[in-house]
Amino acid sequence: MNNTLGPGLVPSPIAQLPWRIILLVVAIGVFGLLVLYSAASGDIRKWAMPQGIRFFAFLAMAIVLSRIPESFWAMGALPGYVAILVMLIGVELLGAVAGGSQRWLDLGIIRLQPSELMKPAIVLALARFYEVLPAGEIRRFAAIWPAAVMIGVPAALVMLQPDLGTALMIVAGGITVMFLAGVPLRLFIGGALAIAVAVPLIVNFVLHDYQRNRVLTFLNPEADPLGTGYHISQSKIAIGSGGIFGKGFLNGTQSHLDYLPEGHTDFALATMMEEWGLMGGLFVIIAYLMLIRWGIGVGVRAQSRFARLAAAGLSTTIFFYVAINMAMVMGLAPVVGIPLPLISFGGTAQMTVLICIGILMSIDRQNRRITRW
Amino acid sequence: MRITEAAQSYSFSRRAMMLGGIQGAVGLVLAGRMAYLSVFENERYRLLAESNRINLSLTPPRRGWIVDRNGKPLAINRTAFRVDLIPDRIEDKAKLVGQLRDVLALTPEEVARLETDLKRSRGFQPIPVVENLDWERYAAVSVRLPDMPGVSPTQGFARYYPLGAGVGHLLGYVGVASQAQYQRDKDPLLIAPGFKLGKDGVEKTLEDRLRGVPGAKRVEVTARGKVVRELETRADRPGETVKLTIDAGLQEYVARRLADNSGSVVVLDCINGDVLAMVSMPAYDPNSFSDGISQSEWKMLSEDDHVPLMNKVLQGLYPPGSTVKPMHALALLQNGISPSQTVHCGGSLRVGNRNFHCHKRGGHGAVDMTRAVAQSCDVYFYSMARDLGYDTFAKTVRQMGLGARYDLPYASQSFGTVPDSAWKLKKYKQKWTVADSVNASIGQGYVLVNPMQLAVMTARMAQGRAIVPRLLLDGPHNPAPSLGIDPEHIQKVRETMWAVVNGGGTAGRARLDIPGVEMAGKTGTAQVRAITAAERARGVLSNNQLPFKLRDHTLFVCFAPADNPRYAMSIVLEHHGHVNAITDVAPTAKDIMTYLFDREKAIAALAALEPTWGGDYKTRAAKQAADFRATQAAPPPPVPEDAEAAASNVAASEAANATATAGGDVAETGSRGEPSE
Repeated sequence: MNNTLGPGLVPSPIAQLPWRIILLVVAIGVFGLLVLYSAASGDIRKWAMPQGIRFFAFLAMAIVLSRIPESFWAMGALPGYVAILVMLIGVELLGAVAGGSQRWLDLGIIRLQPSELMKPAIVLALARFYEVLPAGEIRRFAAIWPAAVMIGVPAALVMLQPDLGTALMIVAGGITVMFLAGVPLRLFIGGALAIAVAVPLIVNFVLHDYQRNRVLTFLNPEADPLGTGYHISQSKIAIGSGGIFGKGFLNGTQSHLDYLPEGHTDFALATMMEEWGLMGGLFVIIAYLMLIRWGIGVGVRAQSRFARLAAAGLSTTIFFYVAINMAMVMGLAPVVGIPLPLISFGGTAQMTVLICIGILMSIDRQNRRITRW
Repeated sequence: MRITEAAQSYSFSRRAMMLGGIQGAVGLVLAGRMAYLSVFENERYRLLAESNRINLSLTPPRRGWIVDRNGKPLAINRTAFRVDLIPDRIEDKAKLVGQLRDVLALTPEEVARLETDLKRSRGFQPIPVVENLDWERYAAVSVRLPDMPGVSPTQGFARYYPLGAGVGHLLGYVGVASQAQYQRDKDPLLIAPGFKLGKDGVEKTLEDRLRGVPGAKRVEVTARGKVVRELETRADRPGETVKLTIDAGLQEYVARRLADNSGSVVVLDCINGDVLAMVSMPAYDPNSFSDGISQSEWKMLSEDDHVPLMNKVLQGLYPPGSTVKPMHALALLQNGISPSQTVHCGGSLRVGNRNFHCHKRGGHGAVDMTRAVAQSCDVYFYSMARDLGYDTFAKTVRQMGLGARYDLPYASQSFGTVPDSAWKLKKYKQKWTVADSVNASIGQGYVLVNPMQLAVMTARMAQGRAIVPRLLLDGPHNPAPSLGIDPEHIQKVRETMWAVVNGGGTAGRARLDIPGVEMAGKTGTAQVRAITAAERARGVLSNNQLPFKLRDHTLFVCFAPADNPRYAMSIVLEHHGHVNAITDVAPTAKDIMTYLFDREKAIAALAALEPTWGGDYKTRAAKQAADFRATQAAPPPPVPEDAEAAASNVAASEAANATATAGGDVAETGSRGEPSE
C-alpha cells in the first residue's frame, strides 16, 4: 500500500509481489536459457525452449505458492513429509518389481521424483518438529533422535536408489535445520569428527563401484583422463580456457565439439564459463548469494519458529545445490550428479528450487503483513 | 518459558548469521577457484582446449629424387594407393584380416605377414596392408570402410627405383620407421601413414636432404573424431634432388653384364674420382624392400650363397692377389730398382725351409719388370720382397689408397688391411717374417682390400693423381691433385699393364675392339682354401671339381685408354674360379669398358650374351623367386623386425668369413700360389 507507484496504477496484489527477488530469479533463469541455447549449438528447440516454458510455469507456480499463508505450510509439513516418504518407498518397491533401479513415479503428465521433493519436505518437517518441541527440551535427547530418524529413513531410501548426491543433500538440509534449531554445538563438532572417520569406511564398503570410482577420481582425476576422470578434466579445461571474459557467446569449443560431457546438464556451469569467462561465473555466484542472503534474511525477520527455521533451511537447500555443483564442476568435489539449479537442463531441480523460493516468498509476505500491523 | 523462547530466538539469529557467514566463505572459495582456473591456469587450459579441438595431421613430404650425373632418375616417387591399418581402432582383428583378404585378394603370404605385424603392433603405428594398390582394389576397400573400422586407405607416393636391383646397394631402400626410432625421436611424421625413411645406403645417409618438410592439415574435430572443418593446409615441401656421379646407363649395363656372378664392379673417373658405376650383384630389389618385403623373399635372399644382402663393393674384403703387382712394381721403381733388372724364375723360391711356388710350375725363366707383371710371375715379386722387405712396399701401397676409408655416404664400410711389421707387432705381438713379406708381395697373406679400394688404387696408378672416390655431384669436380710420382714411373706402370692385355699377358681376352683405344689391366686370383702338400702331389683340383664356396675369387683391375687413362675399374667375382669363359673378369671388363667408349657396340655384345645366362637380372630374380616358392612347403619364418639390422649382420658375418678363409693360415703353409693365370 505504501508502494511508490500508488494504488491506482497497478493492482495491489501485483504491486505487492517481491519484484526484486522475482527479477533476480528471472535473471538467473534467462541467463541459463542462453547457456542452453549455446550448448545446443544455437538450436533453440532442443533445450532452451522446453526449459524456458518449464521455468516460467514453475515461476508462476512459485508466485501462487507465495500467496498461500504460512500457517498452511506449518500444518502441512508433517503430513506432506509422510506422503513423500510413502512415495519414496513406492518407488523403491516399483524398482524392485521392475527389476532395476528407478527414481521416479510416472504420473502421466510428469515424472515425479519423490527424492527431489524430499529436499524441501525434510526442511519443513523438521522446522515444524522443532516448533512443536517445547523450548526446554532442545538440549535433551528427545530433540535429537526423532530428527535423526526423520532424516535417516529417507536418506537411506534414496541411497538405495542409488543417488548419493540427493541423499547427501537431504542429510545436509536436515542437519542445517537441527543446527539452526539450537541443538548443542558439540554434537555437530562430534558429528563432523565421526564423518571424518566414517567416510573412508563408507567409500570402501558402502558405495557402489561407480560411486567409489567417482570419489577416487575426484581425489586424482589425472589418473584416468579418458575414463571417469574425463568429466572433471574436460570441465576444468572448459572453465580454464575461458579466461576472464570467455570465448564469446556461441564460441565455446569444448561444449560444441562434445569434449565436455553433460555440458547442458550437470556441467552447464563449464559450458557457460567457457563462453562467458570468470565474469559469467562471478555473476552466477553473486546472484545466488543475493538470493540466499535474502532467504536467510526472511528467516531472521520471521516471527514464528517454524518460519525462521524453514526459511533459513530452504535457503540453505538452494545453497547446497549451487555450492556442491560448482565445487564438483571445478574439481573441488566428487562428481555426485547435482545440477546447477535454474541453469542446468532438467525440470526436477528447477521445480524444487522454485518451490523453495515460493515458500520463502510466502513467509516473506507473512513477515511484511505482520510488520505492517 | 518466555525467557527460553527469547533465548532460542537469539540463538537462532546467531546461528543463522554463522550459517550465512559460512555460505559467504564457501562462495568466496568457489569464486577464488574460478579465478584460479580461468586466470592463473588460463594459459595451460587454453592450450589443452586447442589440442582437443585441433587435430594436426601430417602429409608425408615427397622424397627428393636421386638422379645420375646427367639428371636421369635413379630413385623417384610414383603416385600410389595404399591401405593401412590403425591398430587402435580395430575392433575384431581376426574378422578384419578375413575381410581384407577377400576384398584385396591377399595371398596367404601377405596374410601371414599382416598377422605378424598385427601381433607386434603397439597401437600408434600404422601397419601397411598393401602398397602400390591398383585403383579397382583401392575403390573396393574405400566403399567398404564403414564395415571395417581401423582400415585407412590413402593416396600418396611410393618410392620407385627404375633400375631395381641394379641400384639396390648403391642407393639402399626406404621403409617405415622402426619402433625404436619413434620412441627416440618422438617425431609424429615417423608414424604418419605412408611415410618412409631411408634404411640403407644413400637413402639412409642422405636422409636429411632427401626427406623434405611434411605438409600439414589442421582440422577441427569433435570428441568422436569427426572432422568439422579444415582450418589450414600447408603443402609439403619436397626433399632436395640429389645428383650422383653415377652414370645410370653404365650402372645398369654393369649390373646386367655381371651375369649370374656374385660380384662387384666399381668404375671411377681417373681424373677427378667420380664414381661412375658401383655395382654389387646379385642384389635385393629396393622396390620390393621399400614396399615391405614378403617373408619368402626375405628367406630366399638371406639363404642365397651369392649374398644379395651384402654390398660387396664396400663390405666385401678380399685378398687382392696379383692385382697389386703393378703397384708393387711402382714401389720397386720408387725404391730405385731398375725396370730392366731381371730375376730368374724356376717355378718356386725357397725362403728359409719353405718353398713358395709360382703359378707357372715350370717357371718363367729370366723376367724383367714388364714380363713379371704381364705374365704375373710370382717369383719375381717373392725375390724382391725377400730382399727389400714388405715395409718398403707398404708406403706405396698406402699412397695408392689401400687400407684407407673413404668418405662415401654409406653407414657400413670395411676397409681391410695393409700389413707391415709395426701392424703385425701391434695386432699379433709377433715379429714380421720374410715369409710374411713374400706372401704380401703377391697380394696374399694379411693383405685385405675391398673392391672400391682396388679401383682407387688403379685410378691413382693410372694418372698419378690423389683421387678420392666421390659419389655426390654437389659442386664442380676439379681434377685431383698430383701424388708427386715421377711421370716416368707412371709411364712404366702403364706399359706393364698394357702388356698384360695387349702384350701377350694374362688378360688378352680383355683387349678392346675400339680403334685408337687400348686397355691396360691386371688379373688376380685369390684362393679361398689351403692346398695341402698331398693334394699338390696328386695334382691340384681344378675349380670345376670344387663346390661353389671353395672356388677361387677372380679379380681384375684396369684402365683405359692405356696411354692417357680416363676410366679405371675393378672387378671382383666371388668364387668364379674361371669356370665360365664368358662371365669371367676379362671379357666382362672388356664389355664394360667398351660401353664407355662405344655404347652401341657394348649393348650389341651384351644382347648376344645375355640369353646364355638366363636373361637380365630382373628376369632371373623373378624365376629364382618362383623356383624358391615352389620348393618351400612349410610357411617361411617371419621377417626380422628390423630388416636393415639383419641385413648388415649377414654382411658382417660374410665379411668375417672372407677374412677367415682368405687371410688365415694360408700364408704360414707357404703353399699359396696362383694356380691358373
